[in-house]
Amino acid sequence: MTVAVVNLGVGNTASIIFALERLGAKAQLTADARVISDAERVILPGVGAAAFAMRRMEAAGLRDAILNFPRPLLGVCLGQQLLFERSEEGAAACLGVIPGEVTRLRAAADRPIPHMGWSRLAVARSHPLTEGVKSGDYCYFVHSFAAPVNDNAVASAEYGARFAAMVARENFWGCQFHPERSGAVGARILSNFLAFKC
Amino acid sequence: MVAKRIIACLDIRGGRVVKGVRFSDHADMGDPLDLALRYRDEGADELVIYDITASAEARTIDYLWLARIARSLDIPLCVAGGVRSIEQAIACLENGADKVSINSPALSRPEFITELADIAGSQCVVVGVDSRSIDGVWRAYQFAGDERTIRQTERRTLDWIMEAEARGAGEVVVNCMDSDGVRNGFDVEQLRAARARLTIPLVASGGAGAPQHFVDVFEKADVSAALAAGLFHRREASVGDVKRAVSAAGIEVRL
Repeated sequence: MTVAVVNLGVGNTASIIFALERLGAKAQLTADARVISDAERVILPGVGAAAFAMRRMEAAGLRDAILNFPRPLLGVCLGQQLLFERSEEGAAACLGVIPGEVTRLRAAADRPIPHMGWSRLAVARSHPLTEGVKSGDYCYFVHSFAAPVNDNAVASAEYGARFAAMVARENFWGCQFHPERSGAVGARILSNFLAFKC
Repeated sequence: MVAKRIIACLDIRGGRVVKGVRFSDHADMGDPLDLALRYRDEGADELVIYDITASAEARTIDYLWLARIARSLDIPLCVAGGVRSIEQAIACLENGADKVSINSPALSRPEFITELADIAGSQCVVVGVDSRSIDGVWRAYQFAGDERTIRQTERRTLDWIMEAEARGAGEVVVNCMDSDGVRNGFDVEQLRAARARLTIPLVASGGAGAPQHFVDVFEKADVSAALAAGLFHRREASVGDVKRAVSAAGIEVRL
């Protein structure tokens, strides 16, 4: 199994590559449209801010390769947010494969921002990605912006308000949390992503 | 909501995990990878690997052993020790760190916090502060990893952590030096004061000697996470023991 991890700049992409390698996949960090198109899976990782990431994607000529990718693509953290239409972060126009706008989480006295740590998933509907994952399982989140819960949400989580923890629309899937750093639950989700028969 | 995090810290010196009392007299505690995997298996929510003498010796951490640990871990990993340039911070991330904690170099050049946050994102930037009370005022210390280099700075801890947040830090760790290694509990008073000044997550460090100390710091200072090293290294309590005690007190942890 070959996985292209889209290089959108500086970030902890090594964590994702190591996690994929632990599951036996061959992962490559790349900004080459052809490598992305030819891969069996694509991961859009969570790096930087939405506006910056979209500019990088356009400048490297990767937008079409990502939008036309026919097999499962997994957006992680910011990568999931980029699947939506817009983000409040830098007033960015995003990929628009999932309807809705990503908005800033609101800080409160008992709720520091970023939302950093382990929160429970509430599974909203069955999907290949959530095979073996149940409501109440913990995943590791680090984010200050979040996507709305709509028909495309596969799972939600709560931090002041409910937000989309996992999404799926056709072959475009996403996790707001970091599956590569979410212990056995995260490993199961990544393994579901790799094992899906297309 | 979010579970309170229990963080295991590996203080590393010469490629081995060590533990000192009040930042000196270090004793050998074992191999970094062995301990990292033990804490992961016990349910640690995060690991910090901290090269305690890197800053004092003007070098940075060894990327080879960082990658060796990062490859095996499926929980968040934060790296601290001697990171004073963007290139070094990026090298940490490229070798598998999820967050980079900067301490002495940020005190020398506070703009470094912003430069790193602009490139890697605030979520990757942790500012650590070694803090001690001097005549009733909490002060930030620099180069605290070695008793020959440690020095007090001009900065008041509570002002410095607010500046760190304003400059783009995504999280602050306050290492309370007066309680470090003494095992009498976290410095709840200082941590509560620090917590009240931040809107980003705060991590308590220094003084954990029993599971009840974690209950106390979560209840009284409302920190997002609490970190311990010696308690776990000496097997006086496992990460699981701590989590069961915190959960029994009605505080959410990931069990």
